[in-house]
This record gives sequence, structure tokens and C-alpha cells, in this order.
Amino acid sequence: MRSKGRISHDGKIRFARGEALLAPHLPHLPHLPMLQVLVPLLMAPFVLLLHPRGLAWAAATAASLMAFAIAVVLALTVVGDAPLTYQVGRWPAPYGIELRVDDFSALLLLVITGASSVTLLGGWQSLARALPSARQPYYFSAWLLALTGFVGIAVSADAFNIFVFMEVSSLASYVLIAGGPDRRALSAVFKYLIMGTVGATFYLVGIGLVYMMTGTLNLADMAVRISDVADTRPVLLAAGFITVGLALKAAIFPLHIWLPNAYAYAPHIATAFLAACATKVALYVLLRFDFVVLQHSASEHAVQFAGYLMPLAVLGILVGSGVAIFERDLKRLLAFSSVAQIGYMLLGASLVTIAGLNAAILHMFNHALAKGGLFLVVAAFCTVAASSQLEQIGGIARKMPWTFAAFVVCGLSLIGVPGTAGFLSKWYLVTAALDYGALGIALVGVILVSSLMAVVYIWRVVESACFAGEFGDDADSDSETAAVPPLLFIAVWIVALANLYFGLASALPIELAASAANLLMGNAP
Amino acid sequence: MLEYLPPAFVLLIGAALIGCVRGALRTLVVLTAPILTLLLVWQVPDGVVFEVAFLDFAIEPIEGSPVRRLFALIFTLMALIGGLYAYRQAAWHELAAAYAYAAGAIGVSFAGDLVTLFIYWEVMAIFSTFIVWNGASRDAQAAGIRYAIMHLLGGVILMIGIEGLAVQTGSIDLRPIRAVDLSTWLILIGVLVNAAAPPVSAWLADAYPRSSPTGSVFLSAFTTKAAVLALILLFPGESVLIGVGLFMIIYGIIYALLENDIRRILAYSIVNQVGFMVCAVGIGTEMALNGAAAHAFAHIIYKALLFMSAGVVVYRTGMNRCSDVGGLFRTMPLTAICGIVGALAISGFPLTSGFTTKTLISQAAAQESMAFVYFMLAAASAGVFLHAGIKFPWFVFFQRDSGLRPKDAPWNMALAMLIFAGLCILLGVAPELLYGLLPYPVEYQAYTSGKVLFYLQLLLFSGLAFFLLLPLMKRTLTISLDTDWLWRALLPRIAGHIIRASLKIGQPFLATILKSLARLRGVAAALLSVSSAAPDAKPSGLLARSWSIGSTALAVLVLLTLYVLAYLFWNVHT
Repeated sequence: MRSKGRISHDGKIRFARGEALLAPHLPHLPHLPMLQVLVPLLMAPFVLLLHPRGLAWAAATAASLMAFAIAVVLALTVVGDAPLTYQVGRWPAPYGIELRVDDFSALLLLVITGASSVTLLGGWQSLARALPSARQPYYFSAWLLALTGFVGIAVSADAFNIFVFMEVSSLASYVLIAGGPDRRALSAVFKYLIMGTVGATFYLVGIGLVYMMTGTLNLADMAVRISDVADTRPVLLAAGFITVGLALKAAIFPLHIWLPNAYAYAPHIATAFLAACATKVALYVLLRFDFVVLQHSASEHAVQFAGYLMPLAVLGILVGSGVAIFERDLKRLLAFSSVAQIGYMLLGASLVTIAGLNAAILHMFNHALAKGGLFLVVAAFCTVAASSQLEQIGGIARKMPWTFAAFVVCGLSLIGVPGTAGFLSKWYLVTAALDYGALGIALVGVILVSSLMAVVYIWRVVESACFAGEFGDDADSDSETAAVPPLLFIAVWIVALANLYFGLASALPIELAASAANLLMGNAP
Repeated sequence: MLEYLPPAFVLLIGAALIGCVRGALRTLVVLTAPILTLLLVWQVPDGVVFEVAFLDFAIEPIEGSPVRRLFALIFTLMALIGGLYAYRQAAWHELAAAYAYAAGAIGVSFAGDLVTLFIYWEVMAIFSTFIVWNGASRDAQAAGIRYAIMHLLGGVILMIGIEGLAVQTGSIDLRPIRAVDLSTWLILIGVLVNAAAPPVSAWLADAYPRSSPTGSVFLSAFTTKAAVLALILLFPGESVLIGVGLFMIIYGIIYALLENDIRRILAYSIVNQVGFMVCAVGIGTEMALNGAAAHAFAHIIYKALLFMSAGVVVYRTGMNRCSDVGGLFRTMPLTAICGIVGALAISGFPLTSGFTTKTLISQAAAQESMAFVYFMLAAASAGVFLHAGIKFPWFVFFQRDSGLRPKDAPWNMALAMLIFAGLCILLGVAPELLYGLLPYPVEYQAYTSGKVLFYLQLLLFSGLAFFLLLPLMKRTLTISLDTDWLWRALLPRIAGHIIRASLKIGQPFLATILKSLARLRGVAAALLSVSSAAPDAKPSGLLARSWSIGSTALAVLVLLTLYVLAYLFWNVHT
């Protein structure tokens, strides 16, 4: 693959702003879509060799940061501009493998690589404590493979490569979840494995059917050819398999069952990484497939998509928040809240309007910020608390007030309070719903109720962290620095400040989400 | 460059600095941040100062006008004197929250558009909740979360209204509107929630008295008055506000008369006083709006003064109830005198600020020939004198000797009280100072012999009534039902009545209803609940527990089948 990477790109790439801005400094710009995948992929086997304590982590972090840098450059290049395409081995698109970075994938790349970098950066002490040092190189190697899989899905332009990368990421994330000291993770991950395999198989069956009818695997090509298919029955079945399979991977209610336990028993840092991006990647594929390809298969596909997924979204929002209110374990609480938040994204998408998609895609970004931050704080809590049970973290705010303040900031972002990133996606979602007519007002009611439910479950955490428990007795203001690893503290506050920053100056994600929504609705600017 | 710095930011930075520095430096921040803010507030010119693009809208973070400056001025002044009052006694996080809260109120004052308004609105909601929590009792926590949910609910209603208006008109400019359709009604309701209008007036008296003695001083000033400003800017002359305002006036008086908790008396009288302002906005003439603004200005000062005086009592004695204290004037003369000045001002005694501002509102009602409103306001003035003007100082500082001999106020609290007491009298003696700042030109003479006589008679006779009825007014350890009873007790009770009524209609119906209710509860428990109290117990509700692989696979199959069937149905159908 390295040799393929070195071979130059196809000449049709158009640069406008990006070239003027970046090209003189970055002669490798055309190769970046490939490098985005290659950097973590090639680093993964290399990390295996790094046995001295800490080196594997350092190498993985370096690779992840590099991937993040690439993602930032890619995002700045494609924002408001034409997509970057890369034809592997210079084989033209429908026959060869095509990589493609447009606004949607650029946004997702930012989320994935950013989440991986921040969690790795802050996660050393937490992971070192969870893993015996002999196993660490394997673990970080698996981490990089998961990262490879996620970014691979985001840059792939053909359906089969997406499947391959999906398998890579899934297998690696099973390792990430089960690699910790908690034995309960094993049964949780076994369930996840079965469900993940069912989901991937469904997806494979689906693209098999589409391939049978169209003879192509390239998504763009598929979209063109699928409208000519006369017999729509197999396509219809394919749509069913793909939607359900990806819904399983994206933990859409009621197929979310694997998620809470997998998140709860994984090492805390791995939870933060996966919670920030794993389900969003599956949702990305779902949206891409449904809007780019399947909308062309039948005129009623939009109705079908909306009619099928909107009830699931609403149920997911209400049930996820409802269970989170009663949950006693902080990690499971946040995991159920994720189920509800995925419902928000799906709700936006199921409106099948540009505004709705815009809200959904923006919420992918903003929710990753909020939830990633919350799980990082949980990791910080767990450096002193025995477990993530709410009883166990009682009074922890007195022990680590600044870490707790970061929790509050991210929690407010999750609730959607103005000034935080979460507000913007909620604003867009409500606007999109209000545009939707009478049903939209009912949906606004759902959003309203679930926002208040979010207040309640975040409040429960705040209550036990501030007012209950045993940490208050030996608390003095100096002990926070002793208790929380400094890197983790920095990472937590990076994310918390990002929640505030993107709540106020959010031009980049908003622009990316808006043009991604336009792209998906088929009227690219 | 200086005039482009939003005043609210300075105070926000001050709030953040309070959290970062300690000792003398913190004191310096507490005292200088509001002064700097005050300078900036003074320099905001009329009109939109600058615009920034945010989402798809033009945001105008600072728009100046006389009424906005007036409110920002009093909010900043309140932060300054409140900071002086509190900085030695309050915890640093309470001070920081109070300054951020004040910054929210100042931000609301200068908000040129609805989005900015809403953002600062939520800033106020969040930080005021922190202040309530700083009451640091079990009660304060519970009241805090009720307070937070009420305000976030109001905030969400407001947000949806704003978005609806933005979708309809494409503009988020803050300008006078009428409550005619769903979105404008939602905006009105969202604002009124913060003004403690019925039927949710109870949040105010529920939360404020549970905060710390210093916290309640800040709480008394900002939320409701920012809502009054929003009403002045958005809904001048909205006639429904007259009724809402009158209701609040009566409600406040009745509950304050029944109340025993010192600060809760004052909290109810906030509702009552805000009722005057809401009513004035509803009248909507230039004079009435002048009156609303002037009254808000004067009200913040004397209400804070009253809360300061009550705060000193609570701080020194640790007691919250009228029936526990009494006779405190012996050892707390200064606190008592300042409390009396505040009490006279709130009752609108001539030569105090209450007289010169409240009569503006009555006069506006008279000019509009609203006889009913005019007489209601006059009667209410007597009621105010009863509950806040006499009842508060009498039961706290005089009446019987409770045997308590607390020390008088610490020097900083005393200084803060003296400043505000001086302002109360200054604005009463020289009302032109305030009249000059009002949004519309004032051609109004506060001190005519007729008016002074009228009010003196009114006040003296109600004072007489108070002492004649003293046996009835003796406060005991009672609990008054408030409107939160509606949602805490009435709804379940109505449900009970309905069930009992259906009992008469027929046993079978009742049985089904009860059974289905029980089943509903059972379903909720089965879906969401957690089974046992053991800390490590597995969640057992259907939706909360982990399903077996088999049942998940079944769910997958069912969903796939549904999808295909639905698709087939659509395709066959069309």
C-alpha cells in the first residue's frame, strides 16, 4: 500500500482556496486522504515492538496527533470547496479504489482523530493503571487499528472498502473494550461482538444485493446506476438490510442493547474515545448510503426513511433519557444519554430536509465534544473513586473542584445551554423541526421534554458529586493536583474549553455541516 | 476601543478572577470589577453599537437606549453594593456566581436581538441556581433543582418562541411585538416565567429564602427586573399584562401577610412589586413605561436594602422565622433603622423613593381613565404597607423581646446598607435625579399636596388597621399553601376526585381505570426502574437491563421485517 501511496494523484483535483492557502507549504496535500489512513495503519505494527514502558503510548499518541493534524488540514482545504479525491494506483473511479474527502467526511475525520488524540494524550496514567505493562503495546496497537478503521470508513468512497474498514475498527474496538481489568467487559464485549457481526453481515448482504443489481461498488457510481434498475425488489431488500445493520452498529434504539455495558466496563479512556466517535461513524455510513444512494432507488425512499426512523428516534430520545434518570452507574448513565443523543441526530436526519440534516451532522460534532469530555472527567474521577457508581463519587467535587467544573461545562453542553456547543445543534434541530409543520411542533415538544430530562440526570451527578459522600473530609485545595494526573487534567479542560469555544465561534463545524447537508440532499453548491 | 467592550464581559471576567485569586487581591477584584463595568455602562451610546454574524443572523450584542442604560446602571450598582455587602461573609463561589449572574442581567439590558437576550437569560438562570445552592442545606439543594428546572423550562419555551419568530419573520431583532400567535405567546410566557407571574409565581418564594443571607440580596435584584425590562422592550401596552400584574400584586400581599419566614415575606413582596411594574407595562403609555422603569430602579435599591437588613438578622442570629426573633432593635440599631427606611420606601411613604416612582404608575392609570386599575393600585399600596412596611420591622426588631442580643452588622454590611438607605431617601427628596434618566420626558410633579395627603391617609389608616388587628397578625408556625401546591398536590388530588366520581358512575369503569393506572405504573417500573437498593444490583427494568443475545437478534429480525413490509406497502400503494 505504501507504494500505491507514493504514486501520484490524478490530475483532476481542483483546488481553490485550499491551494492558495496551503499548497505551497504542503506539497503532499493531494496525498493527504491516503496518508490519513496510512499513518495510523503503519504505526500500528510498529507500536507492537515498543516494549519499554510508555513508549507504545507515546508512539500511538504521536501517530494520533499526526492524523489529527492531517484531518485539520483536510477540513480547512475542503470547507466551502470541492471535495478531494484520491485514486489509489491511479485507477479511475468506478474500477479502482477511490478515496474521497468531502465536507461530511472532513467533519467526521476531525471528530475521530480529535477524540483519539485528546483521549490518548490525557489517558496515559489511567490506561497504565488499567493495563499490565506487557499488554500495553498490544492495546495501543489495537487502538491505532481502531483509529485506522474509523478514518478509513470516513475517507472510503466505495461500499466494500467501508465494510472492510468497519470490520477493522470493530475487531479493534472489541479489544479496546475487553482489554481492561474489568471481567464484566468480557461478557459485554461478547454481546457487542455478536451484534456487531450481525450488523456488519447485514450491511454486507445489503451491498451484495445492490452490487448484484448495479454491478458497481463505488457509491457515486451506484447512485447513478441505481435509478436505472427496473426491478426494485432486491434494492428494497438491500435498503432494509443496510439500514437495520447500520442501525445496530449505530446503537439506534432498540438496537442499542450492546452499548451501555460495553461502555460501562471498558477502560475509562477507551470509553471516552469510543463514545465520542464509534456510533457516529456508523451513523455516517447510514446517512451516506441512504441519502446518496438509496434516495435514487425509489421515489418514496424519503418517506420510508422518515417514517421508519423517526419513531425510533423519538423513542430512543425518551427512553434513553428516561433510563439515564434512574441509572446508578455514572458510565451507564452517560451511555444511555448517548442513546438519547443518537436519537437527536437521527431525528434531524429523519426530517429529510437540509435544515434537519444540518442539525444532525452538527450534533455529531457537538455531541462528540460534550460526551467525550464527560467520559474523560469520569476517567479523572476514577483515579480516586473506587468505581463509577454514583455512590462512589459522592463528594468528589470537593476533592477536585476544577475537574468537576469541567464536568459541569460539558454537562451544560449536553443539555444545550447557550454559550456551549450543544446549544447550537439544539437550536438548529428546533428550527428544522419548526419548519416541518404540525408534526414538527410535536417533535419540538419531545426535544423540550428530553432537555429537561437531561437537566435531571446531569443534576443527579452534580448532586452526588457536590453534596453526598466521603471525599469531603480530607479535602484540601492542594489535593486535586495530586489526585488527577496533570495530562488528564489538561485534556479534560481542552475539551471543556472546546465546548465553550465551539459554542461561540463555531464557523468551521457549521460551515462543514451545512455543506455536508447540501451534499447529502443532492444539491451540492 | 473601550466602548466596544461589552460591559457584561468585564463583570464576567471579574467573576472568573474571583475564582482564581485569593486574599486582598480578591477583595480588589470584587470592588473594582463593578466600577469598571459602571464606567462602560455609562459610555454605551444610543443605537446598535456593533454587529456580529452568528448562525444565520446578525447579532447585536450591545444596543443602547435610555431605558436599557437605566437598568444596566442599577444592575451594576447592585453588583457593586452587593459585593461590598457580601465579600467578607460569602463564600468565593457565591460571589463569583453572583457577579456572573449580574453580568447576565447587564447583558440582557443591552441585548439588541433576541438571541443575545436568550443567551444572557440562560447565563442568569445558571448562575442564580448556583447562588440558591449556596444556601448549603438539604432544602436549598432541593429548592435549587426546582428553581433550575423551572427556569430552564421557561428558557426552552422562550427559545422555541424566538426560533418560531425567526422562522416566521426571518428577523431576530428585539423590537416591540404583540402576542398574537404561538411563537409570540411563547416568548411572552417565557419572559413571564422569569417575572414570577401566575401560575408559577411560587418559584420565587420557594427558592430565594433558602439561599444564604448574602445570596438572597443578589437574587432579589436581577431575574425579575430583567424580565420587566424584557417586557418593556418587547410587549409595551400588551393589555393582558394589566391583569397579570394586578393578580401578582394581590397574590404577593396575601401570601406575605400569611408568611412567617422573614425573607419569604420579602420574597412575596418582590412578586407584589413586580406586579406593579408588569401592570405598568400593560398600560403601556409613555408615563406608565417611565413608571415601570423608575419603579424597577427604586425597587432594586429598597428591596436589596430590606434583604440586606434581613440578611444581617439571619447572619447574626441564624434564625429565619418571625416567631423566633423580636426586639432586636436594642442591639442592632443600625440594621433596624436601615430596615425601616427600606420598609418606608417600599410602602411608598412620601420623601422616599417608593413614593416618587410608584405614584408615576398610579398617575398613568389615572390618565388612561382606568379607574379599576387605579383603585386596585391604591388599595395595594395600603397592603404593601401592611406586610412589608410594618410587619417586617415590627416583628423582627420590635414586638416582644426574644432575649436575643446579637451584635450589629459587620462594617461592610453596614456601609452597604447605609449607601442604599441614603439612595432611598435621596431619590425620594430629589426625584428629578432619577426622572432625568427615564426613557421619556417627565412632566410630573411628585409632591402635590393632594397626593401626599392621600397617601399619608392611606398609609396611616392601614398602620392603624395593623395594630388593631395585631392579634390576628401574630405569626405562628404555619405553612401557607402556594401555587406550587397546584402541581405538587392538586393534580394528584384532582385525579383522585375523578376516580371517586367514576366510582359513582360505575364500579367496572373504576376498576378498569385503577387497573390501567396500576398497570401504567407497573409498565414504567418494568421499563425503567432499578430493582433493589443494593449499590451493585443490576438494573432490572426491561429497557434498563441488558438483553440476551437471542432477544436482541429477535429485535433485529422484527425491525428488518418491519422495514421491508413498510417499503413494500409504500411501493404497492403508489
